[in-house]
Amino acid sequence: MFLALRELAFARTRFGLMGAVITLIAVLMVLLSGLSSGLVVDGVSGLMRSPVDAVAFSEGTKTDSAFTRSEVTAAQAQTWAEQDDVADAELLGTSIVNAKNDDGSALDLTLFGVVPDGFVVPEAADGRGLTTPGDAVLSSSARDEGVEIGDVITLDRLGTTLTVVGFTADQRTFGHVDIAFVPLTTWQEVHAGTTAGEQPDPAAYDVASVVALRGVDGQTPDLAAGDAAAGTSARTLEAAFDSSPGYSAELMTMELIKAFLYAISALVVGAFFTLWTVQRTRELAVMRAMGASTRFLLTDGVLQAAILLVISLTVGVSVGLIFGSLLEGTGMPFALETGPILTGAGLLLGLGLAGAAVATVRIASIDPVTALGENR
Amino acid sequence: MKREPMTTTTNPTQTRTGLNLTDVMLTYGDGDDQVSALDHVDLAVAPGELVAIVGPSGAGKSSLLAVAGGLTQPTSGAVVVDGTDLVGLSSRDLATFRREHVGFVFQSGNLVPALTALDQLRLVEKITGRRAATPPLELLRSVGMEQHAHRRPGRLSGGERQRVGIARALVASPSVLLVDEPTAALDRRRSHEIVEVLADQTHTFSVATVMVTHDHDVLEHCDRVLEMVDGQLRPL
Repeated sequence: MFLALRELAFARTRFGLMGAVITLIAVLMVLLSGLSSGLVVDGVSGLMRSPVDAVAFSEGTKTDSAFTRSEVTAAQAQTWAEQDDVADAELLGTSIVNAKNDDGSALDLTLFGVVPDGFVVPEAADGRGLTTPGDAVLSSSARDEGVEIGDVITLDRLGTTLTVVGFTADQRTFGHVDIAFVPLTTWQEVHAGTTAGEQPDPAAYDVASVVALRGVDGQTPDLAAGDAAAGTSARTLEAAFDSSPGYSAELMTMELIKAFLYAISALVVGAFFTLWTVQRTRELAVMRAMGASTRFLLTDGVLQAAILLVISLTVGVSVGLIFGSLLEGTGMPFALETGPILTGAGLLLGLGLAGAAVATVRIASIDPVTALGENR
Repeated sequence: MKREPMTTTTNPTQTRTGLNLTDVMLTYGDGDDQVSALDHVDLAVAPGELVAIVGPSGAGKSSLLAVAGGLTQPTSGAVVVDGTDLVGLSSRDLATFRREHVGFVFQSGNLVPALTALDQLRLVEKITGRRAATPPLELLRSVGMEQHAHRRPGRLSGGERQRVGIARALVASPSVLLVDEPTAALDRRRSHEIVEVLADQTHTFSVATVMVTHDHDVLEHCDRVLEMVDGQLRPL
């Protein structure tokens, strides 16, 4: 520490530049974490914030976009409801629609067809809940689109009208589109393609996209047993996220970008400390000749890297949080979450230290005899 | 973090026996390419004695310092400092031995650029984990550098850097002081001053000092002068 601190102060321009690079990497990490979390929230917050423990899809439905491909029946929901470890099982319809508001402005919505007095429907924080066919409770984020209580939304092509009767307390989106919770019967009519004023086929009222499940005492029910009985393909809620539109591909892209960022960070820190060690070869040889142990020199080198990393990361994360807080609430899918940011900072610190440690290990190979004569 | 208390170096001059090299050989290469850097070298330096070794470049002067200081293991022979034969010791044991018994003065001082003159000496305390028997500031005073204690090497002249280098080499109260071309980058006046300081410190601290040099002008300050030619040591 004695030497590390004094060298940091002495070579402050060099360390300052390196610190600035690490700071920028930390800022980028915070922004990528925020974007990643924002995409998750934007993609599946409607599911994340629901009281559902598992989702049963129709058997053989492909994982990707299964929510819109799957079709289950009331009988299958009933079979699930009869399972001992299932507290609630009810039909849930999901479909993405294009619509227009009163003022003619275009709206994209995900219709969640729910049983009005069931367990999936969220409480309206503003307005009222679902009572009659054609009611809609919208995600609070739909207000940003200019939607207000009392607005009448008309679905394209079908002409079906929905009356906005309330808003949820928080953002509820699915596939980056605001959710409109509507009575299951309304969703079934839309799903069947029934135009305004037309009477739907009675069979339309028997189907939905999936069966939403809640286990007894918050435990995930035995999905294999339920599947065998109901002829479905059930997944836990978290596994079901992958079945929402584009979710896996988006996350994979973000994770890949972050992985590259971590790798670049380790390489940059490693390269800097390699050059720093090479520059100090003469003085390190002198210290080794004076009897400095390899451990003494390595500890000093790694501590130096740790001090640089901790200070730079602290500054970088702070700056990133300030930038991030400005991005939150804009149209960009962005959410600052403590867990991913702390994990990212920990990874940058760990990988940076690993890079520095690999670089400073060359200290062990410096021959102290090079401090003598003209061998320098 | 709680710092471990440093022990203070003792100055056991009564147990010092100086430096003894007996029939030391140091060869490089094989067969026809074999070169003898040190050829049957015998050298005994008593505590408090300053021995100068002169000779042309490539004669083996630096090799002698490397072997005497435990930086290089000889091909054969014995290198004994205070009764301990360095031949056969592991790298770790040699480093420990150097910390406690050997001081080096390098060409141009070879000081750490980031440290002030005083911190150069404190660094040795950190390396050895022991407080110096003579406080660092006192050592700087003894080489006439007290007023520059808080200057870094970049703000010191060549002669001043060498003085700090000498003080640094004495922090751990070594039995043996090995000095490598201390006047190589100095003018005539400063060369005399530096070797005078070396002689003074050698006698004051009862150190067995070996100085290799090209500079014949400064030999008058030395107790004994030897010449090294082709790896062989002989009186001048």
